[in-house]
Amino acid sequence: MGQTFAQKVLAKKAGLPSVAVGQIVDVEPDFCLSHDNTAAIAKTFAKFGVEKVKNPERFVIVLDHTVPASTEEYAKGHKEIREFVAKQGIKAFYDAGVGICHQVLPEMGFALPGSLVLGSDSHTTAYGALGAFSAGVGRSEMAALYATSRIWLKTPASFKIEVVGKLKEPVTSKDLVLKIIGDIGADGALYKSVEYAGEAIEAMSLSSRLVLSNMAVEMGAKNGYCAPDKKTFAFLEHRAVAEYTPIYPDAEAVYERTLGYDASKLGPQVAKPHTVDNVAPVEEVEGTKIHQALLGTCTNGRLEDLRLAARYLEGKKIAKGVRMIVLPASQEVLLEALRGGLIEIFVRAGAMVLSPGCGPCLGAHQGVLAAGEVCISTANRNFQGRMGSSEASTYLASPATVAASAVAGVITDPRKVGRGGGA
Amino acid sequence: MIEGKVWKYGDDVNTDVIFAGKYTYKPMTPAEMAEHALEDLDPTFAKGVKPGDILVAGANFGCGSSREQAATCIKASGVAAVIAVTFSRIFFRNAINEGLPVVELADGTTMIAKDDTIKIDFEKGVVIHNGKEYRFPALPKEVLAILNDGGLIPHVKKALANAKP
Repeated sequence: MGQTFAQKVLAKKAGLPSVAVGQIVDVEPDFCLSHDNTAAIAKTFAKFGVEKVKNPERFVIVLDHTVPASTEEYAKGHKEIREFVAKQGIKAFYDAGVGICHQVLPEMGFALPGSLVLGSDSHTTAYGALGAFSAGVGRSEMAALYATSRIWLKTPASFKIEVVGKLKEPVTSKDLVLKIIGDIGADGALYKSVEYAGEAIEAMSLSSRLVLSNMAVEMGAKNGYCAPDKKTFAFLEHRAVAEYTPIYPDAEAVYERTLGYDASKLGPQVAKPHTVDNVAPVEEVEGTKIHQALLGTCTNGRLEDLRLAARYLEGKKIAKGVRMIVLPASQEVLLEALRGGLIEIFVRAGAMVLSPGCGPCLGAHQGVLAAGEVCISTANRNFQGRMGSSEASTYLASPATVAASAVAGVITDPRKVGRGGGA
Repeated sequence: MIEGKVWKYGDDVNTDVIFAGKYTYKPMTPAEMAEHALEDLDPTFAKGVKPGDILVAGANFGCGSSREQAATCIKASGVAAVIAVTFSRIFFRNAINEGLPVVELADGTTMIAKDDTIKIDFEKGVVIHNGKEYRFPALPKEVLAILNDGGLIPHVKKALANAKP
């Protein structure tokens, strides 16, 4: 019987010829990620009575959630992390400002096809875009990984999401994944391995695929896989930190469910407050007054996202009464955006361009919301209270919809406004 | 066998409403975390919860962020177990790792209401409500071993001690 991607990768990692759905395997991840929560994880690790992290070369630590530190408490946490990585000899440490972990790991070549990556962050699913099996774990588990390098995983059943047709500009992979989540619900793929396939996925850039895999967790999935191809290999050419062997599902693999979409029929989508699966076509919420627009995060802070948003902002001004925050996902993205003139477009339009990091996405700092305020954001979550006040509201959308809305001051269908500097 | 009073919630209770993002990078003791448990879902919970109470919810409990404090704050609030139709996978793991029993109950949660008294018989694998028994599947042995050791930290400590010559 054919095996899915999840079965094949977990069997390989467990050293078994094959694994069945539901089978628990004991595996050693290729790489493990933690971020600002490393301070807490290091404290838990100390409880094991083990002096040294086993295999420090397997751990990647990125400071991104509360950078630069906006409170003394955050600063203290960062300091503890710097001391911990120095003491433990963890070389893959990316300090404040390098970027958001889910952009930094691919850029630095740690997210490899056919590999197993675990992270103490739910959006670790992102690396499925490069053909890795990647999933989130908790802090205690990361501490245990520091001590033992090993973890149990249950082999998930798989869904296949096949997308035919071509996305019509300015519709993006964000609109596609919001549509899917809206259709199947926040638990629609609970504990499943999701495999994205079809011509629309093949046509996508890696950046666009990262959006799909990043948000797989918002439908409850354990991971979200895209088959690695020439684009993946080219991206990794001077980045990959290790040799890798891509893994592809067997043609006759058994899927618990197969879903089909036609990209050409899709319009811009918006997730309304306060859940990611509360999705509607943008037309339904057009005209909703906004106070803040957020462009960035691990979901949509890449160069193509900034470029797309810039088309709606060039030569325009952000509406009176609206703040716009732009957070490039990494220094690499920021540098490319600078060279491409995008940063000047944002600043001239009146946006605040912040250094790479998670920003206000999780409500820690840098643009949190007051009661009664409305934000339109390219992020991946809009839960009540997430971005600040529990009486604030967040709408999720693509970079095109967010930028068009920032200019109009109300939620706007990007297909209905002028681009390229002219109205 | 445990017996407790029920706190009842719906589907898709996410970790932001269980333990808000603004607290996640503040160092807190479990007791301090418990003061904010379920803050944006039910402001009466943290003050009203008694040791031994049981939390009952619908599908996809604990979805969203991987923050382990969502499990820690519930455990520290004295809740003896969480019953849900399904759990988000990271919350499920975090709860086990914190030594907080989780029960996946396909049928019966809709019959259970706030302030009802229910029993959970872990050996028999049943939830007892108004004299009626609802079955739930046993945890895999690897997972049960972690829970029986009181969580992942004591479990790994034990394993490391046993591995030493």
